[in-house]
Amino acid sequence: MKLGILFSGGKDSTLAVWIAKKEGYELGCLISVVSRNKESFMFHVPSIKSVVAQADVMGVPLILKETTGVREKELIDLDIAIEEARDRFGIEGVVTGAVCSVYQASRVQKICNKLGLECFNPLWQKDQVELLRELIAEKFEVIVVGVAAYPLDEKFLGREVDSEFINEMVRLKEKFDINPAGEGGEFESFVLDCPLFERGLEVKSFEDFGEGNSWRREIETE
Amino acid sequence: MILIVNVCSEKLHYYEFVKPIEDILKEDFFVKHYSELNDSDLVRADRVIICGTSLGDDSFLKDLEKFNWIKNFDKPLLGICAGFQILGLVFGGELKKKLEIGFFRETFEKEFLGLEGDVEVYHLHNNYVEFGGEFEIFAGKSFPQAVRFRGKDFYGVLFHPEVRQKEMILRFVGK
Repeated sequence: MKLGILFSGGKDSTLAVWIAKKEGYELGCLISVVSRNKESFMFHVPSIKSVVAQADVMGVPLILKETTGVREKELIDLDIAIEEARDRFGIEGVVTGAVCSVYQASRVQKICNKLGLECFNPLWQKDQVELLRELIAEKFEVIVVGVAAYPLDEKFLGREVDSEFINEMVRLKEKFDINPAGEGGEFESFVLDCPLFERGLEVKSFEDFGEGNSWRREIETE
Repeated sequence: MILIVNVCSEKLHYYEFVKPIEDILKEDFFVKHYSELNDSDLVRADRVIICGTSLGDDSFLKDLEKFNWIKNFDKPLLGICAGFQILGLVFGGELKKKLEIGFFRETFEKEFLGLEGDVEVYHLHNNYVEFGGEFEIFAGKSFPQAVRFRGKDFYGVLFHPEVRQKEMILRFVGK
């Protein structure tokens, strides 16, 4: 079955692609939505434009759509992007990196059902610490490109998701009830390398925006 | 030992509909696809959970004869979504169309595996089943959402308890 991937460039959607690939599915295209609303409920925002470089090193076509990011209106834009993926690349199903967000998962389910596509959520209900450890086991190189919860701050930007990071997130979960894999939007990530990439990406430059416990890093890769 | 029955026709759906059940149970289970079940699996199992599958996957409906073992099974069984439909259809229920996706509030008129009163549940289904009189309905004003076979420990839920009612699954397996 040929699949389209709802792809943000972060750890969850990339791990979902990797699982689909390992299970023998054909990757038809990546589908990325760039939201102009930095507080989007639906879409990952920081460094989203660098998905172009990720698609390039994955050798998979990319459909990149922009949305105003107005709640529910952005779903219409997503619907249009998935329909284009179906018609241009002949995808029969869509893969998402949804872990526990019923808001995101149910909306994609509705779009897929309307368009006659299968919907796959291979990370659904996955334990968040297990998810982080799987990234390391599968040799993913992941950095933090956004934070949005106390006590995370600008010092977390650019940090690699490694064993030390996981241990720290587990401690923060116990103390502040933070979702260790950031499923409540506590942090956003970007994948620089993984088994899907022909070569790893490097951060050429970056710019940070934000204040307090709400920061995002816009990166340029090479 | 708990037998988890996989009804998914796509390998990738295992991660969404079967693995979450494995993660809740953590141990003392084994998984078989319904097409590969044999008598020794049913002897080995102390309890059975039949999982759900995706909106677009209804291949199990064409294979209902492979679930006839349920009629003579005498150990506890829980059917989730697709498993709920299978349970009803094996006993002569009627399949009806109804699409529900997302969170819905259901009212449990009586205690059902620890659930009582108004409960927010996650739905992902195209169909439901009109059950025969051998089933007692615990929730569902318009159509059945939670049922139990009278005289046997057979339970069925149309919603997905692995999303927000994990403790209900643990209650079923006696943990």
